[in-house]
Amino acid sequence: MSVMVARKKVVRKWEKLPGRNTFCCDGRIMMARQKGIFYLTLFLILGTCALFFAFECRYLAVQLSPAIPVFAAVLFLFAMATLLRTSFSDPGVIPRALPDEAAFIEMEIEATNGTVPQGQRPPPRIKNFQINNQIVKLKYCYTCKIFRPPRASHCSICDNCVERFDHHCPWVGNCVGKRNYRYFYLFILSLSLLTIYIFTFNIVYVALKSLKIGFLNTLKETPGTVLEVLICFFTLWSVVGLTGFHTFLVALNQTTNEDIKGSWTGKNRVQNPYSHGNIVKNCCEVLCGPLPPSVLDRRGILQQEESTAQEESCPRGPSTQEPTAAQGPGGQAEESSAQQKDGSLPHLSAVPAPSLSNAEMPEEKQLTSGELPVPSQDAGQAEH
Amino acid sequence: MGAASSAVGTSGTASQGGMVHSLQELRRSASLATKVFVQRDYSDGTTCQFQTKFPPELESRIERQLFEETVKTLNGFYAEAEKIGGSSYLEGCLACATAYFIFLCMETHYEKVLKKISKYIQEQNEKIYAPRGLLLTDPLERGMRVIEISIYEDRCSSGSSSSGSSSSSSGGGGGGAGGR
Repeated sequence: MSVMVARKKVVRKWEKLPGRNTFCCDGRIMMARQKGIFYLTLFLILGTCALFFAFECRYLAVQLSPAIPVFAAVLFLFAMATLLRTSFSDPGVIPRALPDEAAFIEMEIEATNGTVPQGQRPPPRIKNFQINNQIVKLKYCYTCKIFRPPRASHCSICDNCVERFDHHCPWVGNCVGKRNYRYFYLFILSLSLLTIYIFTFNIVYVALKSLKIGFLNTLKETPGTVLEVLICFFTLWSVVGLTGFHTFLVALNQTTNEDIKGSWTGKNRVQNPYSHGNIVKNCCEVLCGPLPPSVLDRRGILQQEESTAQEESCPRGPSTQEPTAAQGPGGQAEESSAQQKDGSLPHLSAVPAPSLSNAEMPEEKQLTSGELPVPSQDAGQAEH
Repeated sequence: MGAASSAVGTSGTASQGGMVHSLQELRRSASLATKVFVQRDYSDGTTCQFQTKFPPELESRIERQLFEETVKTLNGFYAEAEKIGGSSYLEGCLACATAYFIFLCMETHYEKVLKKISKYIQEQNEKIYAPRGLLLTDPLERGMRVIEISIYEDRCSSGSSSSGSSSSSSGGGGGGAGGR
């Protein structure tokens, strides 16, 4: 079979995702649009630690113990790993409703509320649910056209609904939600420890060295120490406080969003139905509970509309076989879109298959709503 | 001639006998009539569960009990994925101890269950839903919000090859073969 020239580069789903996120590394990394403060965070952490390792550690390792820089390095690596995980992962974004689904929900809403005459403001769309014997209201999100699950909230900065929305953190350059809350918590915890650690050993270093050469001389020799102490001092007050606050939230299984809105406090409000009542259980669930994978499927392949337009005009025939053979998804896209007149296929492309990995048997290649099977597998089934 | 049929996923279900709709036949000969969305059931908190209420649109297409069983089994799978217990804690703690680098090589329990779910859905589609002109979509593809059920009208009886369904003229034949 002659092979056609390779098509344009494959379009992945992340390129067409609505919302105000930035994607890097071909969809592997997902962040908010404004990243300036995140770079500042990185710079502060890397800079302070670099100074610490370069100056104080050399002296302290010799004078006191080599374990000091080792432990600092471990803390530093852990803080960086959790920071990057928090910043780069999907916080639990809920994809927007497809048009069919949105229409279905609209119909349901109209059925319950009745149509609103023109000009009148429609009533807020709220559904009531009972969770653990308490009534919880579900709000309708006009942007995403879905009823938000409980504890989900729409982030106006990223323009996405996020599950178990905690807050949008500019320091990590991402929303903090269900999927990355534990990384965020571990990051601020390890950063607090790192800050306390560096601060303490800076003081120890200055104290030890001052005994030998005097206080002013010490500062002259390693001016970086002053900088580190200043940074650590201010960081301590903010980050340690934040860690304490989030420890409190974790123990009660609450989110920052709920705490700010006062969802569960006050006499006439419902009690938090998600808390297990037990601090240990709450902590375990929030920090060590099962982690759902991202439902965004950022790296799934989208059907290529350009190639479909071309192929539709061509009569079907063996020639169209080749492109399909050469490039499965693109080729199949033509087939499917050509049949779109019936409205049948696009939905069929959503034939159930996990979009998680392609490690399954080749005959049953996974499909996402945009991905299509390699034609070679249906060579046997192709009709002639 | 036929451009490759847009057969998806299922292997070798080309129904020569034509009594049973395979997914391929469904695609070729049927057109989408409507979709039904089974919503989430939040009565148990934020865990992923779907309502077992039987949608009225499916009244004539499938037995209530089969549908309910499918949804209940799916609910069971999701409950298993989100189960909070010894093994999930262990996984969480181990991951934390390795600064989550272990996720680069290991699959989480949740992901394993999701794979089981999609296999189950595929199997249900092949055995139960496609023969009745229905198609289940994995909730994962809809952001775990709904189970989308596509209802197809059976048009193959009209023998209209104008549906241009794939395979050119053999489409008519295919349709015929797929038809009753």
